[in-house]
Amino acid sequence: MGGFPTPAPTWNLWFDLRLLLQYPFMVQAFRAGIVVAVLAAVIGWFMVLRRQSFAGHTLAVVGFPGATAAALLGASPALGFVATGAAAAAIIARLPAGLAARRVSESALIGTVQAVALALGYLAYSWYGGFASSIESMLFGSFLGITTGQVWFLMLLAGPILLIMAVIGRPLYFASVDPGVAASRGVPVRALDTVFLLLLGITAGAVSQITGALLVFALLVAPPATAQWLTSRPGRSVLLSVLLSTMIMLASLSLAYFIDLPLGTYVTTLALMTYVAARMWHR
Amino acid sequence: MTPVVDLVGAAVELGGRTLWADVEIQVQPGEFVALLGPNGAGKSTLIKALLGLVPFSNGRVGVARAAPGAGAARIGYLPQRRRFDPDLRVRAREVVRLGLDGHRWGLPLRGNAAANARVQEVVYLVDATAFVDRPLGELSGGEQQRILIAQALVRRPDLLLLDEPLDSLDLPNQAAIAALLSRLSRDHGVAIVMVAHDVNPILGFLDRVVYLAAGRAVVGTPEAVIDGPTLSALYGTPIEVLHASDGSLVVVGQPEPPAHHSDRHHTDGHHHEYDRDPRRPHEH
Repeated sequence: MGGFPTPAPTWNLWFDLRLLLQYPFMVQAFRAGIVVAVLAAVIGWFMVLRRQSFAGHTLAVVGFPGATAAALLGASPALGFVATGAAAAAIIARLPAGLAARRVSESALIGTVQAVALALGYLAYSWYGGFASSIESMLFGSFLGITTGQVWFLMLLAGPILLIMAVIGRPLYFASVDPGVAASRGVPVRALDTVFLLLLGITAGAVSQITGALLVFALLVAPPATAQWLTSRPGRSVLLSVLLSTMIMLASLSLAYFIDLPLGTYVTTLALMTYVAARMWHR
Repeated sequence: MTPVVDLVGAAVELGGRTLWADVEIQVQPGEFVALLGPNGAGKSTLIKALLGLVPFSNGRVGVARAAPGAGAARIGYLPQRRRFDPDLRVRAREVVRLGLDGHRWGLPLRGNAAANARVQEVVYLVDATAFVDRPLGELSGGEQQRILIAQALVRRPDLLLLDEPLDSLDLPNQAAIAALLSRLSRDHGVAIVMVAHDVNPILGFLDRVVYLAAGRAVVGTPEAVIDGPTLSALYGTPIEVLHASDGSLVVVGQPEPPAHHSDRHHTDGHHHEYDRDPRRPHEH
């Protein structure tokens, strides 16, 4: 990566933070990181509750060929990530009726789809013949050179998604915990299922741009799972998930500035550490 | 008194085949009614039809003084259960609360005090105060069933529809839940229609039973319906009802259900409806 000064951290966190915020590219990275962290925490919270981690992981991985194909066509990889995530979600939502049946077909298809996605992504990438660092950032995340346009793009995705979640959150919670009773009370369980998968697909695509397609999963799963472990009250749990996710993201960005490893590596490690610590502390 | 469930000549078709027809059932407020019959007879389907989740193909139907599906707010429902995942980190109190306003869009920002008070009231009613603040997945089967009954009761329904609520509970818990349901119907005027695998745990509490078999239904007191001649006429083949010394009933000689399902293949021979064998396959 090189090309910019990388002073050592001083262990004076306030000083370090001010140092980081002197660089416009770090300010952009923090902005994008916060948007992505909040979005992942909220959508991931429902994903964990609904046991749809399989679907979430697949939706993230298929973003990779989407992004490389977009680059090959001269379009923005960001758009590729999101469009493929949404398209794949639409396909999963159309799988044979019945939630139980869907879970079975998910597990049967999942390995194949993920492997094919990675292969296609690499194929498009090799045709593209781009810089080696871009494939690394597509898979493992990057925070360099985030443009104002990208931050706006992420906010334009996150804003409406969070708004939709505020509206459908309660019936979705009902349908996730107890689909049979929810349906009997007039909750449109199937429709919510589809809407949520679409939001999950778009979210996975959005988060991939920062954490990389392979490591999105850390941010979607670990903070919500940790929060759900620590409290069984839904309001507090979602807020805690957002808080943890944001802190993990900010810490990862700061660490990545000082020690040059892909951003996703830090996110994954910190997320895992948080989860393990919570499980050990709160038995 | 207007019946809470009023079926006249009711029929349901599934996949072009008539599951049952000419079903006549009237359930009055405060009545405790069991829905019995062999696997595949359409007991769960009857419950779903009353909820408006499966359409009636024929007949005049009133449920909670409305068309099926229109009176959803006045019906409490316990689907056939499925224990919750032990990892489900959802406080039992939230599950009860979902029964009150879980179907509403938007965030629950107002009216929390009244809602919390109602939840507390119904939790007390089902004796769940001791465990209502623990995650649902950590509760025993009997505790989960109490929470779900509280959820079904929280909107003060006129009618409670329960699909095998005693299934997978041990005998003491079966007796306790049966007594709770009986108390709800007697003291609170809630009409209860309950699908049961085994009639014996609830036999002493029942006002009437509906026996669904061979595409038809017989309705009456437990003594009149669970009776050799009545069931023989319903099935069209000789059926015996044995009375055990503890007062429980055993039905013997039922044809492997459902006799009219030519599209299903059964290999497990015949089994008895009330033999209390917990290994029996469940109706789906």
